Amino acid sequence: MKAVCWHGAEDVRVETVPDPTILNPRDAILKVTSTTICGSDLHIYDGFIPTMEPGDIMGHEFMGEIVDVGPEVKRLKKGDRTVVSSIIGCGHCWHCNQQQWSLCDNSNPNSWMLEKIYGHGTAGIFGYSHAFGGYAGSFAEYIRIPFADYTATAVPKDIPDEKLLPVSDAFPTGYMGADLCQIQPGDIVAVWGCGPVGQFAMLSAYLLGAERVIGIDRFPERLQLARDFAKAETLNYEEVDVLEALKEMTGGRGPDACIDAVGMEAHGQGPEGLYDKAKQAIRLETDRPHVLRQMILACRKGGTLSIMGVYGGFVDKMPMGAAMNKGLTFKMGQMFGPKYIPKLVEHVLNGDVDPSVVLSHHLPLSEAKQGFEMFKHKKDQCIKVMFKPD
Amino acid sequence: MSQNIKVEKTVTIDKPAAELYSFWRRLENLPRFTRHLQDVTVSSDSRSHWVTKGPLGGTVEWDAEIIDDRPNELIAWKSVPGADVDNAGSVQFKPAPGNRGTEVKVVTAYNPPGGAVGDLLAKLFGESPEQQIGDDLARFKMLMEAGEIATNEGQPSGHSHPKD
Repeated sequence: MKAVCWHGAEDVRVETVPDPTILNPRDAILKVTSTTICGSDLHIYDGFIPTMEPGDIMGHEFMGEIVDVGPEVKRLKKGDRTVVSSIIGCGHCWHCNQQQWSLCDNSNPNSWMLEKIYGHGTAGIFGYSHAFGGYAGSFAEYIRIPFADYTATAVPKDIPDEKLLPVSDAFPTGYMGADLCQIQPGDIVAVWGCGPVGQFAMLSAYLLGAERVIGIDRFPERLQLARDFAKAETLNYEEVDVLEALKEMTGGRGPDACIDAVGMEAHGQGPEGLYDKAKQAIRLETDRPHVLRQMILACRKGGTLSIMGVYGGFVDKMPMGAAMNKGLTFKMGQMFGPKYIPKLVEHVLNGDVDPSVVLSHHLPLSEAKQGFEMFKHKKDQCIKVMFKPD
Repeated sequence: MSQNIKVEKTVTIDKPAAELYSFWRRLENLPRFTRHLQDVTVSSDSRSHWVTKGPLGGTVEWDAEIIDDRPNELIAWKSVPGADVDNAGSVQFKPAPGNRGTEVKVVTAYNPPGGAVGDLLAKLFGESPEQQIGDDLARFKMLMEAGEIATNEGQPSGHSHPKD
């Protein structure tokens, strides 16, 4: 089959590789009907994720048709159309039972790598480096789905891929970002980053009862989408002082909850931005935490920070004094896929949300490299690129 | 001269102690989740024969006997005199608080002879015996909780495929 393989920073190639096979009794094989680049794939593309090996197949946001199942797959069958969680959960450990799917104890065969750097191993993720399980990703014609009964969710056949594809990863990530804020009546939620995850976080904040939602970005088309799709108020951080503006918009209180939908490659401004860029370039600091710093200062006293943007390693100069003295709550994590996916499929089927809006560009999988370049540099006002195998 | 290698590792498994004890007590099950054990044959209630994959494709074998056996709580074993590598071990099952399952603690000790043979045998138990026992316990947990051991061996990649 054809697959998109990573070979180094900014080096992805479409190659012919063997088809996947059932390796464990709870595996299924999925024929990928569509897949999309996630913002976190850019961290791999840019070479910031360690334990990638040349030849690894990328991709973790996808859907398709089950073409084969192992003997212990009970809920799914051949021919089922499914949306697949980017996070793999065994469905039986204590964390999966608590619905904390991304903390699964049993889905990551390379758990020991994470134990060394994080203290504990976490769940396997498709196409997201060997430390996260080394699972082959979805930028391919076929993919093996471990623990398929839990990792994949069956969906109706009469609704186009576009409307369901983001339910694989971007929508539940944004939804969890809002869910972690434990939104109360009257709450104002600010969201840093108006990419697809940010858009879904803003929309979900309203679904969960927020009074007002404010989106922060610098790309006019993303801010426009935030206003049109998510019905958010917007701030362009290149035009205004975000801290001042947020205070003015919230009666001086600050947002009750702040969601980070950016992560480790945030763009900072001024000397602070240059400091992090230089340290990250020579790997003295792995992640650039501008958004985190700004959220700590912006957030209402006693408020909540919800971190969904991906961090991998270490950050410098965190204003812990502000966080501590303001009594902030930090909540974060890779998304708990199967906890949210069935509910979000319902929202799509009911017509509450049309996630296809974020899929601005459509390309065949053979043009993956162009897709990455377009997404990375936001060419042609790119929000998100959907691939279909040729 | 001999060097003593002692390793202790604990993992919590979300299953009742009785179920975990029964699986482990059937010593023939051990090779299903340990990387180095190739085969365990039980000859009587307390006696068994263990075969491990050795260096350079060979095997290292010994007889072991159960020296303590408390149902649902503890199993302890040691090699009988004359083994290539004197070794002993135990596994303990203790209920974890708040319905969190069972805390499973493994303690193993090896006492390989000195010299070149000893070095070779030490290698048999890995550069890092602690990690090895930890990995074996992680696989035991996967097998008991999820029913299978997660793997990516045998899946496709572009490692050995030239650019199209």
